Amino acid sequence: MDIFLQQLINGLVLGSIYALVALGYTMVYGILELINFAHGEITMIGAMVSLAVINLLIGSSLDLPGVMIVFMGVLTAIPACMALGFLIERVAYRPLRHAPRLAPLITAIGVSIVLQNVAMLIWGRQYISFPAIIPIQRYEILGATISNLQIFIFIFSGLLMAGLVALVHKTRFGRAMRATAQSPQSASLMGVNVNNIIAITFILGSALAAIAGVMVGAYYGLAHYYMGFLLGLKAFCAAVLGGIGNIAGAMLGGLLLGVIESLGAGYIGDLTGGFLGSHYQDVFAFLVLIIVLVFRPSGLLGERVVERA
Amino acid sequence: MLLEAKNLVVTYGGVHAVKGIDFNIAQGELVCLIGANGAGKTTTLKALCGLVPVAQGSIHYHQQIITHRPTHEIVQRGMVLVPEGRGIFSRLSVAENLAMGAYTRHDTATIRHETDHIYSLFPRLHERRQQKAGTLSGGEQQMLALGRAMLAKPKLLLLDEPSMGLAPLMVSKIFEIIQHIAQQGMTILLVEQNAKLALEISHRGYVMESGLITLHDTARNLSTNPQVRHAYLGE
Repeated sequence: MDIFLQQLINGLVLGSIYALVALGYTMVYGILELINFAHGEITMIGAMVSLAVINLLIGSSLDLPGVMIVFMGVLTAIPACMALGFLIERVAYRPLRHAPRLAPLITAIGVSIVLQNVAMLIWGRQYISFPAIIPIQRYEILGATISNLQIFIFIFSGLLMAGLVALVHKTRFGRAMRATAQSPQSASLMGVNVNNIIAITFILGSALAAIAGVMVGAYYGLAHYYMGFLLGLKAFCAAVLGGIGNIAGAMLGGLLLGVIESLGAGYIGDLTGGFLGSHYQDVFAFLVLIIVLVFRPSGLLGERVVERA
Repeated sequence: MLLEAKNLVVTYGGVHAVKGIDFNIAQGELVCLIGANGAGKTTTLKALCGLVPVAQGSIHYHQQIITHRPTHEIVQRGMVLVPEGRGIFSRLSVAENLAMGAYTRHDTATIRHETDHIYSLFPRLHERRQQKAGTLSGGEQQMLALGRAMLAKPKLLLLDEPSMGLAPLMVSKIFEIIQHIAQQGMTILLVEQNAKLALEISHRGYVMESGLITLHDTARNLSTNPQVRHAYLGE
């Protein structure tokens, strides 16, 4: 029981990070039907930038409290990633808006490789440890432990997602965004500047990715120029699992994937008599994805793509 | 003139869809553009709104050249198109579709008042305001498209085949509404394959044939013109 609860907690925390990243994939896909493979790299840049700021502040003579330093790191990473997301759309995707579908996909992979290499040049190839400047506290509940960092990640990502849902469903901008996702041409006939909507979508997704990047870095205590690759891939799986293009789907997919992965890692040793260890956890994510797609090709909450009237 | 197109040419991947046409619309007029399938009527409307690039010629609107302006800017200036197939946002609710019509406006109180007016004009839309627009029938969708366009407060309303795919009863209802809107002073450019109906409610008409305007006259004269009667009125 305690293993189950423990892995459930770990899974929900991990899953809420996946969900934040998955939202970026799904929002862009919803509007452009483009898979922005560079999105994982934006989370990496977010982690790296915040880490650089945090280390700078620790090394400086300013004697700031730990929470303040992390906060400053996040506050720098968010605009940096927003600018990056805006730039990527402008330079790499917009010129290819009317090109065949494969072209922007290849560019996306290209941008991803460029970002990895730039990060490697700046920050090096080694793993960089995230300084633990906020003391970690652990709490016992029903035989499982939960840390203050885990509680923070779970609650803060929940708030961010609630904010995003409110933005998309309750505001004029959100309505324009949903209209553009359905038909850019019809939206432009309502006076919507479709280019702006697309740019803002990238910027929003990148802001969420920046926050997710810092969370991952802090959670595992490590950052690395290649960290965005697997994270991006899993978040993409989460988005597809939930039904790509569907915002609630990305959240559900992210949480599910996190939980399945954690439970899988917790029980795989017992299930296989010790033959397979918990390092096989990554296999679960993709196994689940394959199984779901076999039975529900459009994902859990995905609607069948209807013809555009 | 509210709108004036001069020597308008539109090409689609090498094909000349519109081959240099001139036409104009004065404030308060209801002008129709009639012609067979593929004559270039829809392309002409799309070119006016900036949805397809103009290859040659110019479009003057309110004494300004709008030829290469982006669509959203043209809409903001008051030229509003109800496209062929209506362009309804099927996964948005009826109310949200109407709100999209008023996207460029910020006078919340007036918008609410006018939305209520649209609902009184089309009670069906009011009944179904929380429903997804995709669940509406074809006629209801056309009403929604018209209502939505009205909420944009157009200075010039472009209608592309409003009768398409509708039952005869619904067609006459839609045309009644168009006439009603026109009588309130709206300037309308109406593209129709149903030439008889279009000429009945219009002031003037242009006849388009394979990318060229071949006839231009008052609607009354056109409907008695033997050529038009033979080719478009089935006599």
